[in-house]
Amino acid sequence: MKLKRKDVLGLQDLSAEEINLILDTAEPMKEILAREIKKVPTLRGRSVITLFYEPSTRTRTSFELAAKYLSADTASISVAASSVQKGESLRDTAKTIEVMGADVIIIRHSVSGAPHFLARTVNARVINAGDGAHEHPTQALLDMFTIKEKKGRFAGLKVAILGDITHSRVARSNIWGLTKLGAEVRVVGPPTLMPPFIQDLGVKVFYRCEEGLEDVDVINVLRIQLERQQKGLFPSIREYTRLFGLDEKKLRYAKPDVLVLHPGPVNRGIEISPEVQDGPHAAINEQVTNGVAVRMALLYLLMSGGEVNEIAS
Amino acid sequence: MKLLLKGGSVVDPLKERVLRLDVLVEEGKIAALAPQIEAPDAEIISIDERLVCPGFVDMHCHLREPGEEFKETILTGTRAAGRGGFTAVVCMGNTKPPADSRAVIEFMKRQVETAPVPVYPVGCATKERKGEELAEIGDLAEAGAIALSDDGNSIMSSEVMRRVLEYSRIFDLLVISHCEDRNLSGNGVMHEGFMSTLLGLRGIPRAAEEVHVARDLILAEMTGARLHIAHVSSAGSVQLIREAKSRGVRVTAEVAPHHLCLTDAAVQTFDTNTKVNPPLRTKHDIEALCAGLRDGTIDVIATDHAPHTAEEKEVEFNYAPFGISGLETAVPLMWEYLVTRGVLSPVELVQKMAFNPARILGLPERVIEVGKQAHLTVIDPHLKLPVRVKDFVSLGKNSPFDGWELQGWPVLIIVSGEAIYAERTGAGEKGD
Repeated sequence: MKLKRKDVLGLQDLSAEEINLILDTAEPMKEILAREIKKVPTLRGRSVITLFYEPSTRTRTSFELAAKYLSADTASISVAASSVQKGESLRDTAKTIEVMGADVIIIRHSVSGAPHFLARTVNARVINAGDGAHEHPTQALLDMFTIKEKKGRFAGLKVAILGDITHSRVARSNIWGLTKLGAEVRVVGPPTLMPPFIQDLGVKVFYRCEEGLEDVDVINVLRIQLERQQKGLFPSIREYTRLFGLDEKKLRYAKPDVLVLHPGPVNRGIEISPEVQDGPHAAINEQVTNGVAVRMALLYLLMSGGEVNEIAS
Repeated sequence: MKLLLKGGSVVDPLKERVLRLDVLVEEGKIAALAPQIEAPDAEIISIDERLVCPGFVDMHCHLREPGEEFKETILTGTRAAGRGGFTAVVCMGNTKPPADSRAVIEFMKRQVETAPVPVYPVGCATKERKGEELAEIGDLAEAGAIALSDDGNSIMSSEVMRRVLEYSRIFDLLVISHCEDRNLSGNGVMHEGFMSTLLGLRGIPRAAEEVHVARDLILAEMTGARLHIAHVSSAGSVQLIREAKSRGVRVTAEVAPHHLCLTDAAVQTFDTNTKVNPPLRTKHDIEALCAGLRDGTIDVIATDHAPHTAEEKEVEFNYAPFGISGLETAVPLMWEYLVTRGVLSPVELVQKMAFNPARILGLPERVIEVGKQAHLTVIDPHLKLPVRVKDFVSLGKNSPFDGWELQGWPVLIIVSGEAIYAERTGAGEKGD
């Protein structure tokens, strides 16, 4: 099995079958991660470049380890956001990387659509590691993998995404992926952080936690960028935490076995209380492990045509 | 020098009719009009069923000179205008330096001497387009500024806008307003709606335009000045202007071709050639704009030609400048989207693109009558061709219409009695 596409730019473009294929493939990959020697030769001789225009620790490390565990060669390029407009254009940088022999370019960029621009510009495969407020497909895939592990299904599940929906690529990718696999998705947050017509993506909109979190199976808590307060989008961190921070009291609106996710990094005590973050419902650390497995699956499916079982056995 | 245009259909925007007439042009003027003219000493141009229209006028374009000659010059821009069927253009004053002084207006006037098509520059309303202090409007008017505008830098202070409108009355100069509340538009890069939510791009709400349209209409009514609303893009603006006109406010308005042919769905591929300000909106807005054209709320179609280089546009969406190179596609787009689809008749199109802009600006009247100046645009309503951006004579190749198959191209313009042919690949085989 193989993904029959050049690039993975977002879950909007992926079919339910493709998403399931990635999630299924991530299972044997996760087994590899549990081994003492975490390396298979599948992608030997292939090169994977991470091109990050935004600072990131976990996503970048996760991609690099995923590639290394599959024996690909990796290199990483960081471009400081401040030098973007003065320095080399994305087009020229990408062409340079390509002629060095990159098979896959993994790009993170603060501008929505930058990976799409890159994919049009180069022949190498492009994986979107987060673009602006648009999509973060591998984050959503790892969230979904975690949900599948814990809940065993998507159909009929009620999933709430809580926080700053407007500026969240994690929210958009999760909405695409979860609705395609049959979950009921709600978005919960203040109207000032809720993008217009979001309901047209097939989600329910709530401005209050007691309604939005009622009876849900999963809560995906989004990181709140603290500078949004200075832009006038909510009155204070204190009030945000009081109204939308996930604490034990608000957790009680949900189902007793609710699963709590957070893409990280966490603003501890702001969008989620320490008790919930470190409590029995949260799977935040497991999400990180699953992120490596999902990214291995994606790299494997894009670049190798072999059977999954060959490497897992 | 005599020219005889034989066999064409002459469009009369005043009497609202189209007649089969030959047109004799002599010494830059219309010398005769009759079903059959013989003039042995004249150069004969076979029009052969095509439409002879009063010369089209683009009352909103950016020629970038002085200061950004790598994007466009007065020469390349006016060549593009001619190829696009325009016999006169009005250029905005957002040059570098801005057209806020007599010197810049006079410089433009000098450059225009070699241009194939007359150019009428707009002077800035405020010094350095900062929206703070009035520019020396008297000086600008004497130097030949045809109107006043700070263009893309909408005047945020209502007080300053009031004074601009008041002061313009000394010369009864038209004040052209780019209506945008920049607090509401912020760092937006496309229309705020479902598509901006989908794409995760920062939106510009309709309200950013409508708040300023409403304000400027109120101030125009209060001051009695002549206000022209540039590039109306939203349904709400159309309604506000319609109401103001009905109570007698001295207001006119224009719409740009791209706002009539494209919606925000075009942004889906992140093609920066779709990035324009005001942004491409929705089908609902297009319907309202068309209704506004039909009932006279919107007087003019103007290109807002905004050329940029490939280097500037081939970047991430947020970093690309706003603007579409529009001079060479406006006429066929409007023929295809308005005339062939029955929104406007050919006569009405000529009113919107020739007669009305000339009347609003006080340019030589755009009617074809004996004794009038011979500014003419000849359109072949049957000519069907794809847009070829690489053939643009404008330096700005930034068009979202590349490859579009359009019908109704300009083939010839006559400026002060001189014929300029619109050279385009393929025109020869089908047109002649």
